[in-house]
Amino acid sequence: MNPVIELDARRLLCPMPVIRLQDCVEKQESGVKVRITCTDPGTMSDIPAWCRINGHRVLATEQLEHEYIFLVQKDPDGN
Amino acid sequence: MTRKAVALISGGLDSLLAAKLIQQQGIEVEGINFFTGFCVEGHTHAIRKHDRNRVKRNNALWVAEQLGIKLHIIDIVDEYKDVVINPKHGYGANLNPCLDCKIFMVHKAQEWLKQHDFDFIITGEVIGQRPKSQRKKLMPVVADESGADDLLLRPLCARSLPATRPETEGWVDREQLKDFSGRSRKPQMALAAEFGFEDYAQPAGGCCFLTDQSYSVKLQDLWDNRGSRDYELDDIMLLKVGRHIRPSKAFKLIIAREEGENRFLSGYKRQFQTISTVSHGGPLALIEGELLDPQQLELACAITARYSKGRNADSVELRFSDREQGSRRIHVKPLPAAQINPDWVIV
Repeated sequence: MNPVIELDARRLLCPMPVIRLQDCVEKQESGVKVRITCTDPGTMSDIPAWCRINGHRVLATEQLEHEYIFLVQKDPDGN
Repeated sequence: MTRKAVALISGGLDSLLAAKLIQQQGIEVEGINFFTGFCVEGHTHAIRKHDRNRVKRNNALWVAEQLGIKLHIIDIVDEYKDVVINPKHGYGANLNPCLDCKIFMVHKAQEWLKQHDFDFIITGEVIGQRPKSQRKKLMPVVADESGADDLLLRPLCARSLPATRPETEGWVDREQLKDFSGRSRKPQMALAAEFGFEDYAQPAGGCCFLTDQSYSVKLQDLWDNRGSRDYELDDIMLLKVGRHIRPSKAFKLIIAREEGENRFLSGYKRQFQTISTVSHGGPLALIEGELLDPQQLELACAITARYSKGRNADSVELRFSDREQGSRRIHVKPLPAAQINPDWVIV
């Protein structure tokens, strides 16, 4: 089983967390999972929106006080 | 053969409408959005707690979702510095290099188009809408200097401009494009209603901090006191946050205005000397530059204390922290408001 790729986007303001995720996901094969940790509350809207637009799936979202954590799977349908 | 267009998506209404007009003609559209570091996003406002009720969304992503298109967000922070520092066509009312910015972005879109085998570029420009970059006589300058030439189509005003290659080749029907001009937003709003768009973002032009006078003054101050017209991403992010007070050429204080800014600035504790209030509720202050003597440290503390809840107290205890020297407690009398020299306050 492939390990989950961890991305630290804390302190970054949007859209930088999205760009970090985009640049990471672009290099991966379909089905790969990436967990990104953010502090900008805007990511609660932006990361799911970016995933919907580009065919990726948000598998889990977690909010820990001032941190927002997303587990994203690249293009699970292989499109 | 389905033709493909790349649309510059700012997140405003004009780029939404321009892309929709082309999409309607059966063209495959993908969006491109550039992050310069100066972008005004809902999230930048969201640092401040009292702005938390604002919609926290990236408007470019929202536009892409409305259109059902892919959006590519491209980090151009480093390359963009030359546009801000050395604009060939000069600045607008503030430090906004709007014409150079448009040329640069269309040029980057042209590079993207070649790499991804797309056919033409579309923008939401409208003749006469922006005093600097969208005058009719400057439209060819953008097309020429960007290298896009006749592959740059402006669907909202195309019928008032010479035909471009997508029109002459019949990839798009020129008659279905628009001839909007001027600063009125009514034609765009009517077209938005026609398309069923109701919840669109701010009018074009409100998306860049460089058009903001107060922000530009802070950037100019940064350059003047560093002795060079340069910046890093953290510099331009910090100009968006807090009170900026420069009691001396040697240092500047960036003082949080409320809890959200306090939390944001606390992320910079490893990079800056900081002052925080201990005996009373109060702000975190970053010290940018160098405190040259104990008197400057005392002044910096007294200014910070003035913005704390102990502003009327005889003495306020603060913590001065330095990553290398550690931290120490300092007691000062808050500086009375009347003794804050207006020239220190950078606005």
